[in-house]
Amino acid sequence: MNIFAEGIAWLFDPAHYGGVDGIDTRIGEHIMISVIVLAIAAVIAIPVGYLIGHTGRGRVIVVVSGGVRALPTLGLMILIALNVGVGLEAPVIAFVVLAVPSILAGAYAGFDAVDRRTIDAARAVGMTEWQIVTKVEIPLGLPLLMGGLRSASLQVIATATLADYVGAGGLGHFLFLGLQTRDYPQMLAGSIVVVLLALFSELLFAILERLVVPAGVRAGERADNQEDVRAKSVRSRTATG
Amino acid sequence: MIEFRSVSKQYPDGTRAVDEFSLIIPSRKTTVLVGSSGCGKTTLLRMINRMVDPTSGVIEIDGKDISTIEPVHLRRDVGYVMQNSGLLPHRRVIDNVATVPILKGVPKKQAHEDALALLDTVGLDRSLADRYPAQLSGGQQQRVGVARGLAANPNILLMDEPFGAVDPIVRTDLQNETLRLQRELDKTVVFVTHDIDEAFLLGDQVIILEKGAHIAQQGSPEEILANPVSEFVANFIGADRGKRRLAVSSIAHPQGDDLVLVDAGGYAAGVIAAPGGQLATANPTPKSRSISNKTSQAGDA
Repeated sequence: MNIFAEGIAWLFDPAHYGGVDGIDTRIGEHIMISVIVLAIAAVIAIPVGYLIGHTGRGRVIVVVSGGVRALPTLGLMILIALNVGVGLEAPVIAFVVLAVPSILAGAYAGFDAVDRRTIDAARAVGMTEWQIVTKVEIPLGLPLLMGGLRSASLQVIATATLADYVGAGGLGHFLFLGLQTRDYPQMLAGSIVVVLLALFSELLFAILERLVVPAGVRAGERADNQEDVRAKSVRSRTATG
Repeated sequence: MIEFRSVSKQYPDGTRAVDEFSLIIPSRKTTVLVGSSGCGKTTLLRMINRMVDPTSGVIEIDGKDISTIEPVHLRRDVGYVMQNSGLLPHRRVIDNVATVPILKGVPKKQAHEDALALLDTVGLDRSLADRYPAQLSGGQQQRVGVARGLAANPNILLMDEPFGAVDPIVRTDLQNETLRLQRELDKTVVFVTHDIDEAFLLGDQVIILEKGAHIAQQGSPEEILANPVSEFVANFIGADRGKRRLAVSSIAHPQGDDLVLVDAGGYAAGVIAAPGGQLATANPTPKSRSISNKTSQAGDA
């Protein structure tokens, strides 16, 4: 039997479900870590990104935080763990550091992409700064924010396999244990589940990204598509920015 | 009445966009600020609703120094229409029009009813109320922009090159609508444009501006045409190029008592009635644009 088939067989073996080491338990842990990390990172990054996007000040923070992505997460996590001990805390902090830049960039880019003339007009008719943020910039910036959450989620789900290295559980357990015991089918099974989770996250956020496009903006895209194909390519470039 | 008293605006980099500008803008008339780009006309306009604050000098509305009025409140009481309509793309037409009344606390239902009535006023079909701005033509968007500017029933309406981005036929249509609205609604309109023909058409008072918002000449279109005070003004209104100096054509002979007028370049510019060889004079008061070509239904504009 080749290794792939063995991996899949391992995945479907009922003996590997239930209990502390069950695949289902580990999936639950993995999702829980990812969700906690995304939530904390969002609470930090979204207000900061919005503030920078609205005021246009502190853009350098977005750039610097983008550089932080280059930090090796494993090293960072171990460094933190040496200070706070093993458990959930160290990986969560390390993964938050990983997730913040994408979300920050998404929140900032969402605001930055709103037409300056639209904001100027909103101010000129008498909206307060707070109303400009809540009624204009947030709704129009949501699709790009979702894009940021989407890439953050993908990175966190993939990297959360490291959590088990400091005893925080998750799907990484199968990878580390499999490596130590040369149980390659187990490693492969763990990887497959991580890949599936990542794909699921991509799908979820892709749907969300489409859902949050305001109806009026979608209507504009349709009108543009009919009139001018070039306009669409310009917009999709800004959307990925 | 809006009064500018020795108003200046200097930017941190040292550029003086507006230099010691003084002007009285009478109530219930249309005052047009006209000049080339960079002359400071838009800065002047945006000072009236405190989108720009002057570095020095005082601006008063009906005797009240506007620097003492909270900008957000001031802006809600002053209508503003801008180029490219500035509509919120994610809100329906009716919500865009009702924006300011709702900000001022008018109940939503009432604000929506008023907004529908305003669509009638600006010549838009009520069926467009549920559309989004992107689903409208440029001319229609501009009409929605005017409706939004009027929604809070302000005494003052600021218009910043509102028709600069629409094609000439639609622009003519919108200009005539503006004249009609002004007759019906009697607002104090301050209009900014770089198009001298538009200024002469719409303005009761026309202010021709040079760089730094220096007033080159102010007066009614007739006064300025009859007596341009400087070469700059003559140049700006096209008098020097003979565009406005007309003569009776010696070649064309239309029927009846009409004579064909040509400009200094020899291009046909219009006809003039001359019953019995005497040139006709006319000065209808009040002015009316109802003589202009009836264009297609407003909804298409």
